[in-house]
Amino acid sequence: MRRPPVRQTRPSRSGGARRHRTHWRDQLTAWQAHHSTSAIESLMRLLQTPIQSLMTWCVVAIATALPATLFVALYNIQALGFSWQNSSQLSVFIQTDAKQDAIQQWRTALLDSPAVAEVVYISSAEALEEFRTHSGLGRLIDDLDANPLPAVLLIQPTREASRGQPLQALQASLTEHPLVEEVILDMQWVKRLEQLLDLATRAVFFLAVLLALGLLLVIGNTIRLAIENRREEIVVIKLVGGTNAYVRRPFLYTGLWYGLGGGLVAVLLLNIGLWWLTEPVAHLVELYQSDFRLRGLGAIRSLQLVLITGLLGLAGAALAVTRHLGQIEPQ
Amino acid sequence: MIEFQQVSKRYASGQDALNRVDFAIDRGEMVFLTGHSGAGKSTLMKLIMLMERPSQGQVIVNGRNTVGLRRSSIAHYRRQVGVVFQNHQLLFDRSVFANVALPLQVAGFTDADAGRRVRAALDKVGLLHKERLNPITLSGGEQQRIGIARAVVAKPALLLADEPTGNLDPELSAEIMHLFRQFNELGMTIMIASHDIDLIERMQKRVLRLAEGRLVFDGVSA
Repeated sequence: MRRPPVRQTRPSRSGGARRHRTHWRDQLTAWQAHHSTSAIESLMRLLQTPIQSLMTWCVVAIATALPATLFVALYNIQALGFSWQNSSQLSVFIQTDAKQDAIQQWRTALLDSPAVAEVVYISSAEALEEFRTHSGLGRLIDDLDANPLPAVLLIQPTREASRGQPLQALQASLTEHPLVEEVILDMQWVKRLEQLLDLATRAVFFLAVLLALGLLLVIGNTIRLAIENRREEIVVIKLVGGTNAYVRRPFLYTGLWYGLGGGLVAVLLLNIGLWWLTEPVAHLVELYQSDFRLRGLGAIRSLQLVLITGLLGLAGAALAVTRHLGQIEPQ
Repeated sequence: MIEFQQVSKRYASGQDALNRVDFAIDRGEMVFLTGHSGAGKSTLMKLIMLMERPSQGQVIVNGRNTVGLRRSSIAHYRRQVGVVFQNHQLLFDRSVFANVALPLQVAGFTDADAGRRVRAALDKVGLLHKERLNPITLSGGEQQRIGIARAVVAKPALLLADEPTGNLDPELSAEIMHLFRQFNELGMTIMIASHDIDLIERMQKRVLRLAEGRLVFDGVSA
């Protein structure tokens, strides 16, 4: 095709548009100013319709708090598992007809063994007493004719013998002893717990990804409605020479605010939940004589959570804006 | 300032809105565009505003061929063209001042600079004392003057007006025309689409008349 004969006259110095072109420094200042006004105005817009905004924030918060709560739960269970793993204690249940002397003798012998660091003896009477105080089933126990609980030796292996082959050898040798009814190694269920936790972590991660996608769509849809509501304004701005970036900016900030606000509410919900659980957990922990404490997200992770939801909000808005703003052109 | 070279526009519906239109308007001219409704006046204006693209031919504005202009350049291109609409397209969620300031905000003027220019533009259309009001509270004539202030606030090289007096009585129309003439005397190129024959004849300016998409008259109307 023939190139069109373009008249290449440069606009004269007095040419309208050129004459009024603004200095780049002013442009930069104006760009920054538009960012801050967009940010503030979009937040104000949200606050002008508080109920509607709060509902969106709550949707974002619930979708965020759900996986976050599960993560916190897993994290706590993991912490609990770790504290037990380090103990790797062997519980040796003694046969009920065993003689006190024989048990004490064996205990002294065990202490000489290079694999054993500590042996704690709990007689069947002591075990019953402990059960009575902590289980809350005292009355039931009073009704029993005989003490059903066996005596126990709690054996703490030395550091070298607390894992792998030496631990298994120790367990085997203990099991062979004539006084022994049963030897239980706590390690095994700790390991199973860990595998379960690994599985659960993956499941929660998958759930989090699904909910994040849902958030993206929810915020995208909210922004789409906001764009529809301001169609007239967008048309006018485009007619007077507003760039797409200029038109986009307030909507992106709106998405960011939805995300950040939702994240904050999520952190709040999570902390309310934790506060509500603290007391019952403390009671439970007391029963197990552990120094375990329920742990929340902490400041850094809370901040990260809010940032992530903020970014999700921004991404959702970007999605809606790219999809819908292009369709609004002056007719 | 504006040059149409054999411009045709056929809409997707098959309707021929413009047919081989050819004319040139110099810098500083004031021109009326007239014709019955459906003659192609709006299409011609839309081509200059890049709201539509020609099917054939070249549209050259301010020394630039608009045909090759990329989508991303349209926003910057529009800043050199001020537009007044029949329905004035004001935003009723903000003050008169904010409405007029819009083109300056978009172009990145500082607040102080923009404030000065907005007040100057409002002063010219005689509505400086109403800057804080919401335009919805103003009369039709006043709203149209706000629309004009917005169109000229960034001192564009070219001013387009699509039926600017369409909804106004003769007295108000004359006032509006007087305003346009003042801007023209300051050096602004102005194109006004109108079917108000009496008004056009009184102005004694160049007239382009369209009929069924063709340019049928070009000269000072007699």
